[in-house]
Amino acid sequence: MNGEAAHAAAPLFTQVSYLVAAVLFILALKWLNAPDTARRGVLAGEVGMLLAIAGTLTLPEMKSFHWIVLAILVGTAIGIPIALLMPMTAVPQRTALSHSFGGLAVGLVGTAKYYQWLVQEPERLTHFTTGVLAFEVLLGFLTFTGSLMAFGKLQEILPTRPITYRGQNIVNLSLLAVAVVLAVWLTVDPRQSALFPVFAFLALTFGVLLILPIGGADMPTVISLLNSYAGLAASAMGFVLDNKLLIIAGALDGSSGLILSIIMCRAMNRSFTNVLFGAFGQAAAKGAGTAEERTVRSAQPEEAAEILRSASSVVIVPGYGMAVAQAQHKVRELYDQLTKRGVDVRFAIHPVAGRMPGHMNVLLAEADIPYDRLVEMDEINPEFPRTDVALIIGANDVTNPAARTDKSSPIFGMPILDVDKARTVMVIKRGMSSGFAGIDNELYFMDKTLMLFGDAKAFVGEVVKEMG
Amino acid sequence: MDSILNNLYVFVLATFVGLEVIRRVSPLLHTPLMSLTNAISAISVVGALVLLGEQKSPLSTLLGGIAVTAAVINIVSGFLITDRMLKMFRRGGPRR
Repeated sequence: MNGEAAHAAAPLFTQVSYLVAAVLFILALKWLNAPDTARRGVLAGEVGMLLAIAGTLTLPEMKSFHWIVLAILVGTAIGIPIALLMPMTAVPQRTALSHSFGGLAVGLVGTAKYYQWLVQEPERLTHFTTGVLAFEVLLGFLTFTGSLMAFGKLQEILPTRPITYRGQNIVNLSLLAVAVVLAVWLTVDPRQSALFPVFAFLALTFGVLLILPIGGADMPTVISLLNSYAGLAASAMGFVLDNKLLIIAGALDGSSGLILSIIMCRAMNRSFTNVLFGAFGQAAAKGAGTAEERTVRSAQPEEAAEILRSASSVVIVPGYGMAVAQAQHKVRELYDQLTKRGVDVRFAIHPVAGRMPGHMNVLLAEADIPYDRLVEMDEINPEFPRTDVALIIGANDVTNPAARTDKSSPIFGMPILDVDKARTVMVIKRGMSSGFAGIDNELYFMDKTLMLFGDAKAFVGEVVKEMG
Repeated sequence: MDSILNNLYVFVLATFVGLEVIRRVSPLLHTPLMSLTNAISAISVVGALVLLGEQKSPLSTLLGGIAVTAAVINIVSGFLITDRMLKMFRRGGPRR
């Protein structure tokens, strides 16, 4: 009707390889369900992708291959070092960067198709195709710049605190409204090509403005949302090119991002709107520092080692601070020491700990901690009253009891790890600074809490030395 | 009109399949999940390859070239890094 198919049906090989690729992509995600089959899933995805590329290269409209070979070589030459050399602590940045590349590719294909059809085959620019194409370009370009901003914040090239100004939400929403109006205008009158560059520019700008007010702790949700956008954009491209493989693969990616965003929002007891327009951590951060001096109990590594040694069950709560301090390998040594002495050690993983979904699991797995020791929030919470020591390493807001009790707290209602129910609580922290939400943590002032001040990596290292 | 409707059916069904399959992925593997779906969504390379191969205009060749490069970076690094992460997940019990 309005796609490639209208010219000549794709050769049988292409059609079959696309179909098999779609099946393999679904199997890839199915096999990713469990660690045992997950690597098979990656293989299925790789084979699917190769088939899809082979099916495309054999299309009759392919005239020349030298640019293709060059682009594939350059892409591979950049992709392999990224994948092999990147430290695991940089996974969130890499993910944001790859969402950005994905968005760029989709946006550029949409742009190229629009101009190509405008000049050479104007009859292909039907209202429907142009409308979907505008949607594709909008999502693609805003994912491109938005993810680049997220990358900048995660890499700390840009400030990680939310950047806000008066009337920010009004500016953002009006910009989006103008972009939507232009998209509708283009849909009604696809030949209005003067609108297109303005539209593309607005999409690019909107991506930047959308991520400006997002702070570090909201990154898990925002990365998931951008993941979803990248998928939807690819799906939209499938509608434009009348290609079902693109529609299916994009829909899979879109639904994955959607599920992850919902899980992240629930884990913070917040809505999408609140994450995107709430500038969390900003208002509260201004008030921080006014708190009066309160006394806490602190301890040295020797004392901490003594307490851990005499415990029979320990739950370690890792947070972003552990990632920043690169302390995961020292934590593994501590895990080894304690396990050797017969102490039951488990790790409590809050869904939003770190900067992306599953961030802590990857770091701990990298440090060679068995994954059956990593326990989700809902499973570990009933265990805390029976736990001798809860050792918190670089986590703050996800352990703050105010989320349960203090209705005026910005994090009230957020599901937290019930570390305060353990018999002894130890917190490794650089100083008394507040967490991301910019609020005091009552936990630190409890009688059973010991503050262990210092760099997470160094402190855990000394505790291990004491035990050895 | 037929092809639009067909495509909508495909989109809706694929979204349901995606939601059902991904709901079952353990939170343990959420990071590899995101990097795998990211590699899969680089399927947009298909559209970019056609642009670059059919060479209908300098503009579409240029944009197609950038798009293929960006998508191939995602494909190569996405699959490799997912596998690198998954290799690290090991079960407990007797160690090595």
